[in-house]
Amino acid sequence: MTEQSRIERRFAALKAEGRGALVTFVTAGDPDPETALELVKGLPGAGADLIELGMPFSDPMAEGPTIQASSLRALNAGMTLAKTLAAVRAFRQADDDTPIILMGYYNPIYIYGVERFVNDAKAAGVDGLIMVDLPPEEDEELCLPALKAGIHWIRLATPTTDDKRLPTVLNNTSGFVYYVSIMGITGTKAVPIDHVREAVTRLRRHTELPIAVGFGIRTPEDAAAVADTASAAVVGSAIVDAIKAELDEDGKAKPGLVAKVLAFVETLSNGVRSNRAA
Amino acid sequence: MGTLNTFRAGPDETGHFGLFGGRFVAETLMPLILDVERAYNAACQDPSYQSEYDYYAKHYVGRPSPLYFAERLTEELRKDAPADRGAKIYFKRDELNHTGSHKANNVLGQILLARRMGKTRIIAETGAGQHGVATATFCALFNLPCVIYMGATDIERQAPNVFRMKLLGAEVKPVTSGTGTLKDAMNDGLRDWVANVENTFYIIGTAAGPHPYPAMVRDFQSIIGREVREQIMEAEGRLPDALVACIGGGSNAIGLFHPFLDDKEVRIIGVEAAGHGIPTGEHAASLTGGRPGVLHGNRTYLLQNEDGQIQDAHSISAGLDYPGIGPEHSWLHDSGRAEYVSATDAEALEAFQLCSRVEGIIPALEPAHALAHVGKLAPQMERDALLVMNMCGRGDKDVFTVAEALGVKI
Repeated sequence: MTEQSRIERRFAALKAEGRGALVTFVTAGDPDPETALELVKGLPGAGADLIELGMPFSDPMAEGPTIQASSLRALNAGMTLAKTLAAVRAFRQADDDTPIILMGYYNPIYIYGVERFVNDAKAAGVDGLIMVDLPPEEDEELCLPALKAGIHWIRLATPTTDDKRLPTVLNNTSGFVYYVSIMGITGTKAVPIDHVREAVTRLRRHTELPIAVGFGIRTPEDAAAVADTASAAVVGSAIVDAIKAELDEDGKAKPGLVAKVLAFVETLSNGVRSNRAA
Repeated sequence: MGTLNTFRAGPDETGHFGLFGGRFVAETLMPLILDVERAYNAACQDPSYQSEYDYYAKHYVGRPSPLYFAERLTEELRKDAPADRGAKIYFKRDELNHTGSHKANNVLGQILLARRMGKTRIIAETGAGQHGVATATFCALFNLPCVIYMGATDIERQAPNVFRMKLLGAEVKPVTSGTGTLKDAMNDGLRDWVANVENTFYIIGTAAGPHPYPAMVRDFQSIIGREVREQIMEAEGRLPDALVACIGGGSNAIGLFHPFLDDKEVRIIGVEAAGHGIPTGEHAASLTGGRPGVLHGNRTYLLQNEDGQIQDAHSISAGLDYPGIGPEHSWLHDSGRAEYVSATDAEALEAFQLCSRVEGIIPALEPAHALAHVGKLAPQMERDALLVMNMCGRGDKDVFTVAEALGVKI
């Protein structure tokens, strides 16, 4: 990657602007492929600086009930990995700047075929991958092929990643580091701001990469506080909850879902932007 | 792989059995997985760990379990066989263990390790409830708080075991995600572990999951096969011609098989659950009806669709109702060292009744699948051939399920 990638350009621009990024997570195809695509297309306009797109999986072992349910909604609506890549392609037709990171579990990619996946993902405009169940010990599976294809490999660091293990985790990490602020699954505990400050300081001793922090960030205030300390705040379950709130009894999208969810994203974005603007 | 000198050397140092196995877990768990591996390797070098295991295995679990010549079943299966056919059938009686199944062999090993590691809270997943009961039992013995994840569907069909676990002081957490069976219970077990990694030890119930679990569970269960070797030498003066065991995750099977893997003259046969029949798609036969994929920390054969989404298994036996299989079995399957076949719900029910009637042993529905295959295999084998089947659990827990399947009200 000699030329700057979308992720690198975006973080450089935000640094110049003097604020942290808002990374928004939604599950591809939730609650249905069409609504989800409309929502994703609207995210940059609502203030999302980077988009993390979940690849639905039947057995998402690091997710809390909220994101588990979103994954199932998407699968029940017929979402597949091929359709997720098609959604990224569709997004890229109108937006060539906002980085898209795919997050998920290895099995659907393994079945799709690793070489085929990295080629198709790169061509579709995917910028990075976050793979929950591929630790450094399994780098030969997908990490090295992805890096070779010019896709960033964004690793999760956690409270259990001590100074001894951190270099192992940072090796082959690119784009940014994602710090999981709590021990546990998504959407279940509130973000501990003091701990985040300490952790970010510790990580910065080991890496120059931007540091995103996620898990437990639910409000504009949380997002502002985290983005003030780290390079980015990731909000997932709170947005997915906003989607769920706009479903009818049959789990179908109510009219106006996209607008309501984007309005919520805008409040998060205002929180992040309130930081260093002055 | 035909040139291998031994089939018993796996896994390699990264936890792989050929293509299978590995450590596909979230980063939060990785340091702990590495800790478990270090602690287990150290324990294996420590004679006091082994002697502690042996003490409880003998005095609390009741090992060694008998190797029993099932004379009436042997005669029964000879009735319809040609005159020179009908193998001698032996049962390895692991259903006589304390708690009623082979699960105690593994839980004992892991809980002693958890104590050495200073862990103060135990979690486990369970399907039929056998592993949950074994875990709750040892937690009572060692005074450790115990949380058991069990699918809501399984809680319904294994009510006696649920009550047992509660009596033993465990908290049974119903799992409603997915289809509420074993795979979902394992997901929730892993989710609990991620959140409580500092004080909690996850006692995985089968020879699957991230390395070192498949190897560790196999080692603990191999006491079955080691005893069989000694016992059959004493009874018959030679090794058996065939071994048969049922397979869900496959821990009882790998425990019986592993000590015999390098005895090429011993046929090794695993029996998966064919549910309503493989062609119906409603089964739990990962090797027969699945393909390699990654789930629950390891690469192995899985029931899944063309998009890599895991499919629900089906079996009348809650203990076999799992869409995966231990990675070492996947490797033994691909390398050709072991054969894998399947038996349907209906065949298992037949065998369940036959064994109860002619041997006075009510088997669990899990080994009833192995029995069903014994019913097909023994009549084809020579009369002086020796067949050992692992009777890995007793059927008390299943009498309600079987009554219902037979249309009997009790």
